[in-house]
Amino acid sequence: MTDTLELSGTDKSFGTLKAVDDLSLTVAAGERVALLGHNGAGKSTLMKIILGLMPADRGTISVFGARPGSAEARRFVAYLPENVAFHPALTGREQLRLFCRLRRAAPDAAGQLLARVRLDEAADRRIGTYSKGMRQRLGLAQALIGRPRLFVLDEPTSGLDPVSRREFYAILEELAGDGAAILLSSHALTEVEAKTDRIAIMRRGRLVANAPLAALRSRSALPVRLHVVARAGDADRVAASLAGSRINGVGVDILCAPEDKLDRIGAIAALGPLIEDIEVAPPSLEDIYAFFSREERP
Amino acid sequence: MTSILALAASEFRIALRNRWVAIAIVMMTLFAVVLTVAGTAATGTLGVDRLTVTVASLISLGVYLLPLLALLLSFDAVAGECERGTLALMLTYPVGRAEILAGKFIAHLGILALAATIGFGTAAAIALIADPEASVGLPALFRLFWTAPVLGAAFLGIGYALSAVARRPGAAAGLAIAVWLVVVVLYDIALLAAIVTDGGGTFTVDFFPWLLAANPADAFRLFNLAASEATALASGVDGAAASMPPAATLVAILAWPLLALAFAHLVFRRVTP
Ligand SMILES: Nc1ncnc2c1ncn2[C@@H]1O[C@H](COP(=O)(O)OP(=O)(O)OP(=O)(O)O)[C@@H](O)[C@H]1O
Ligand SMILES: [Mg+2]
Repeated sequence: MTDTLELSGTDKSFGTLKAVDDLSLTVAAGERVALLGHNGAGKSTLMKIILGLMPADRGTISVFGARPGSAEARRFVAYLPENVAFHPALTGREQLRLFCRLRRAAPDAAGQLLARVRLDEAADRRIGTYSKGMRQRLGLAQALIGRPRLFVLDEPTSGLDPVSRREFYAILEELAGDGAAILLSSHALTEVEAKTDRIAIMRRGRLVANAPLAALRSRSALPVRLHVVARAGDADRVAASLAGSRINGVGVDILCAPEDKLDRIGAIAALGPLIEDIEVAPPSLEDIYAFFSREERP
Repeated sequence: MTSILALAASEFRIALRNRWVAIAIVMMTLFAVVLTVAGTAATGTLGVDRLTVTVASLISLGVYLLPLLALLLSFDAVAGECERGTLALMLTYPVGRAEILAGKFIAHLGILALAATIGFGTAAAIALIADPEASVGLPALFRLFWTAPVLGAAFLGIGYALSAVARRPGAAAGLAIAVWLVVVVLYDIALLAAIVTDGGGTFTVDFFPWLLAANPADAFRLFNLAASEATALASGVDGAAASMPPAATLVAILAWPLLALAFAHLVFRRVTP
């Protein structure tokens, strides 16, 4: 697979603050990478460097083999800034037609794009009258102009309602299926969990994790939670024999290391008639995120 | 080129919606007509036609108003986009910074040319209707028509440069007002004071005319007065500089827009959104 985006050893400081610290990352065609990290971790700064909006202090960055921000790179890259803004006096359609012209796409494509993000009704109203989510959707529409090969999306779902979020991820899937590379930042862990191929976590400018979710899960070795539902009145006996903690009249919670999971499930099954049901909950992305973004890791 | 025109069209639309186009036209026309009507009271006694008198008034008007309008149109160009956050997105599109400036410049220049032509044209029409002899003043009027946008262009360039230096619309507005005051108002007063102190010495003879031509607003005034029979009507600073060769002032009014725009581009290139 060819790497669409390739960074190595990238540094960026603002005075004494290291916003991006010796960061290396690649995103390949057809891949969706979620960039996570606390407020001020350096996600937006990293994206601006990739787009050539600010220069890195050090490191090599290649966007389709070109320098970030070069005319060559800009032709293939689409950006959705965090808190995207447009000129309030223009209508959504006028703004999008302008962007189409700048990308050498047919201005009439604007209509289709507006329909795709469900802005067709508001298309001829001034952007100054749009709600935050509508502006965000217009931002997404402009990013879709002209079949870009790399999408850099900074908190693309912030301000979107649940249905729009779903539609957004459906569009992402389509784009990735078409071979586009996608780098998006987010604070909404649950939606990123299911909808992206790889998770990259930044902490204080450094990349502290960068792998598919399953790999991060096994690397973190966080315990699996088994939730056992006991037959009415038997919860105490079940809790005692499994060495778990009783949480209410019928439920018993057991935490176990991932490698012990099958043994424990076997032991539970052996209790036979005392057990009503078992649920297995692997560590969520939230747990994994908390693990990797902790200040000191063992 | 497509990009520049698309940007210019969009910028013009924004100016139209924000009433800048209307404000520019109304200001120009209102002042031009008032000056013409007021100026006619003095005619007759001076032995010149009405259009010549009108053009002399319009030149003075243009010196103040064109730089002001140009700075008002341009001070927000870079700083406003920076502040709103629209610049970052624009710069990720395959358009150069020079093209972005060019698009804004074409739109703003068009607005200034439109306002000047309508304003000056209305005033001139009044003079032509009232005085059958007034066609003598037509060459001076044409010179005024084409030099007005050129003067505007110089101050648009200055405005863009200030906007890029300031990065914040508030600061850019402050700088624009300061530049207008210094270049259009204080510069002449300072020169006049220097002449009075000098008392006809080397400064008055050797430096003063060149210093006058170095200021775009003064160069505009001198170049236009040279074409007009109204030099006799000129007073103070202009009277003293009537000896200036027109070629020098022509070079000055043409060089200023180029220099100002080149400088604006230079500063804009260093702006990180
Ligand atoms: N232009 C700038 N000048 C100075 N410091 C900056 C600048 N831009 C960002 N920073 C600093 O760099 C650090 C990283 O900021 P950045 O915006 O990249 O964070 P982020 O990960 O996007 O955070 P969030 O999740 O809140 O969006 C922050 O400490 C921020 O204050
Ligand atoms: Mg951010």
